Amino acid sequence: MTMTLQAFMAQLTIGLIGGCFYAMLSMGLAIIFGLLNIINFTHGAQFMMAAFLAWIGLTQLGPWLGFPSFAINFWVALVIVPLVVAAVGMVIERALLRRLYQLDHLYGLLLTFGVALVMEGGFRYAFGVSGQGYEPPELLQGPFDVGFMLLPKYRIFVVVASLLICFGTWYLFERTKLGAYLRAGTENPKLLQAFGINVPVMITLTYGFGVALAGIAGVLAAPIMQITPLMGGNLLNIVFAVVVIGGLGSILGSMITGLSLGLIEGLTKVFYPEASTVVVFVIMALVLLVRPAGLFGREV
Amino acid sequence: MSIKPVSLKPISLKPMPLKPMSITLKIFALLVAAALVVPYVPGIIYPIFVMKVMCYGLFACAFNLLLGFTGLVSFAHAAFLGSAGYVTGALMIRFGTHPLGTVTAFTLGVLASALVGLAIGGLAVRRRGIYFAMITLALSQIVYFLAVQFRWTGGEDGLQGIPRGNLFGLLDLSSDTAMYYVTLVLFSIGFLFVYRVVHSPFGQILQAVRENEPRATSLGYDTDRFRLAAFVLSATVAGYAGAMKALVFQLVSLNDVSLHTSTEVVLMTLLGGLGTMFGPLVGATLVVGLQNYLATIGDLVTVVIGLIFIVCVSFFRRGVVGEYLEWRRRRAQRALPAREPATAPSPSHAP
Repeated sequence: MTMTLQAFMAQLTIGLIGGCFYAMLSMGLAIIFGLLNIINFTHGAQFMMAAFLAWIGLTQLGPWLGFPSFAINFWVALVIVPLVVAAVGMVIERALLRRLYQLDHLYGLLLTFGVALVMEGGFRYAFGVSGQGYEPPELLQGPFDVGFMLLPKYRIFVVVASLLICFGTWYLFERTKLGAYLRAGTENPKLLQAFGINVPVMITLTYGFGVALAGIAGVLAAPIMQITPLMGGNLLNIVFAVVVIGGLGSILGSMITGLSLGLIEGLTKVFYPEASTVVVFVIMALVLLVRPAGLFGREV
Repeated sequence: MSIKPVSLKPISLKPMPLKPMSITLKIFALLVAAALVVPYVPGIIYPIFVMKVMCYGLFACAFNLLLGFTGLVSFAHAAFLGSAGYVTGALMIRFGTHPLGTVTAFTLGVLASALVGLAIGGLAVRRRGIYFAMITLALSQIVYFLAVQFRWTGGEDGLQGIPRGNLFGLLDLSSDTAMYYVTLVLFSIGFLFVYRVVHSPFGQILQAVRENEPRATSLGYDTDRFRLAAFVLSATVAGYAGAMKALVFQLVSLNDVSLHTSTEVVLMTLLGGLGTMFGPLVGATLVVGLQNYLATIGDLVTVVIGLIFIVCVSFFRRGVVGEYLEWRRRRAQRALPAREPATAPSPSHAP
C-alpha cells in the first residue's frame, strides 16, 4: 500500500463528513416517521432546495433585485434557509399530507415522492443539471493545522456543527419535557390529545423540525458538494439504506449508524475505491441477512 | 384447505368471482381484436405506439400484481425490466442469427430477471411496510451501478442495434408488422398469465395476506413465502416485458434500470387503478401518450409527472378504472336499495 497517512486521513475525513450528513438526514427521517408514520421521500429534495436557496441568496438574489452587491451570507443563510424550507414543508404537510394519515403508508410515501419530483424538476428547469459552486465563508477559508496534517477549516466546522446539531436534537427529544410530549405522541396520539396537547399542531411542527434538519444539512453541504438538482435524491438513496440498517426507532441509533457508515465508506474509498458507491447497500444486504430488524431495530 | 379469508372484505356487490372473470376476458378479447387491425390503419394509430403501450402495459400489470394485489411497494421494478432487457439484448447481439437465438435469448432474459427478483425479494421480504420500499430502492441502485460497470451491458451507451432475429428460422422479425403480431401474442400470454395468477387460489391468498395478515397466518399460511413468491412472479413478468421491449425497440439503455423507470411504472399503475386488471393498461396508455406530447418540454416532464402523482394520491386514489368501477357499483347499489341492504360495503379494512 503506497497510500500516505496524509491521504488516508483525508479520505477518512471525507467519510466522516459524509457520515455527518447521513446522520442529520436519517435523524430527520426518524423524527418525521415517529410522529407522522410516513417516510418522507421529499427529504432529499428539501436538502437540495436548501443548498440551492443558500446559493441563490449568495450569488443570484442581489442581481435579481437590482443591487449587485447585496448577498445573503453563509451565516445568515444557515438560519434563514432552514426556516424557509421548513415553512414550505409545513405548508405541504397542512395542505396535502394531513389528508392521508388515516390511509395506508403507501399514499404518504407516493405523495412525498411526487412532491420531490416536482421540486427536482422545477430546479432542473430553472438552473439546469450542471453543478453550482458555493464559496465557504471567509472565516472558514483556508487550512487548519491539526498537528499531523492540514485540514480545510470548513470541513472541521461541518463536523463540529453537525455533531452539535445531532446532540442537540437528541437532547431535545430524550431529555426535555417537549421531547417527552413528542415521544408520547409517537406512542399514543389520542391519549396525548386527551391531556390537552394540540396534537395536529405538534405534528405540523415536528414535520417542520425534521425538514429544517434537512435544510441545515443542505446549507452546510453547499460549500463542499456540487449544488445540482439531483444532489438530494442521490444522497437520499444512501440515507434510506442507512435507515434500513439502523432502524427508524431511535434518534441516537440513526446518529451512530449514519456516522459509522460514513466512516466505512471513507475507508472503502481508501482500500477499494470501485466499491465505495455500493458499500452501504452491500452492508444493508448483510445486515438484513444477519439481523433482519436492523441494528437498533424496532419493527413497524 | 379452504380459501375463506378472501370473503373477509366484501369488495363488490357481485357475489361470485365467476362473473367479473368472464367480463374481463371478453373486454380483453375485444382489445386484442382491435389491436389486430392496427397495422392496417397506420394513419389512425401508429403500430410502434401500440407496441410501446403493450410493453409498458405488461410491465405495469406485473407491478400491479405486487402493489395492487399483494400490497407491496417496489421501487426496484426497473431493475427487472432492465436486467432482462440487457441479457436478452447482449445474447441477441452475439447469437441473433441462430434459428433458436431469439427464443433462447428471450427465455434467458426472463430467467435473469427472475433471479434478480429472487435476490432482491429475498432480502426485502425480511422487513415490512415502509422498510420494504426502501430496501427495494437501495438494492435496485446496486443493479444500476452494475449496469454502468459491466462491459457486456455497454456501460453509459447501453446496447444499441439489437437484432430481432427470427422465430425458429421460419419467421423473420425484422419487419415491424411481423414484430407487431409477435408482440401482441407475447403480450396476450403475459396478460392472461397475470389474470390467471390473480384469480387463482394463490392470488386469493395473496389478497388475504394483504387484507389481514394475522388471520392469514392463523390459517396456516407462511405469509413471507407468499410475499416472496409474489415478488418473484412480478419480477419475472416485468422481465418478460423488458425482454419484449429490448426486441421491439432494439435498444436497452441505463434509463431502463433507473429509478425514473421505476417511478413511471408506479405512476402508470396508480393513474390507471390499483388492483384492477385493466388499470395498468389504461395508465400505461396515458403515460406513454403523455410522454409523446410532453417530449418537447424537456425538464418540465418531471414536474408534470410529480403533479400527476400528487393529484392522484390526493383526489383520485382509485385511478381511472377504479373510479369507473366504483361509479358502476354505486349505480347498481342505487338501482336495488331495498333488496340487498346487508351487502352494503363495509368501511375499508379497519384493523
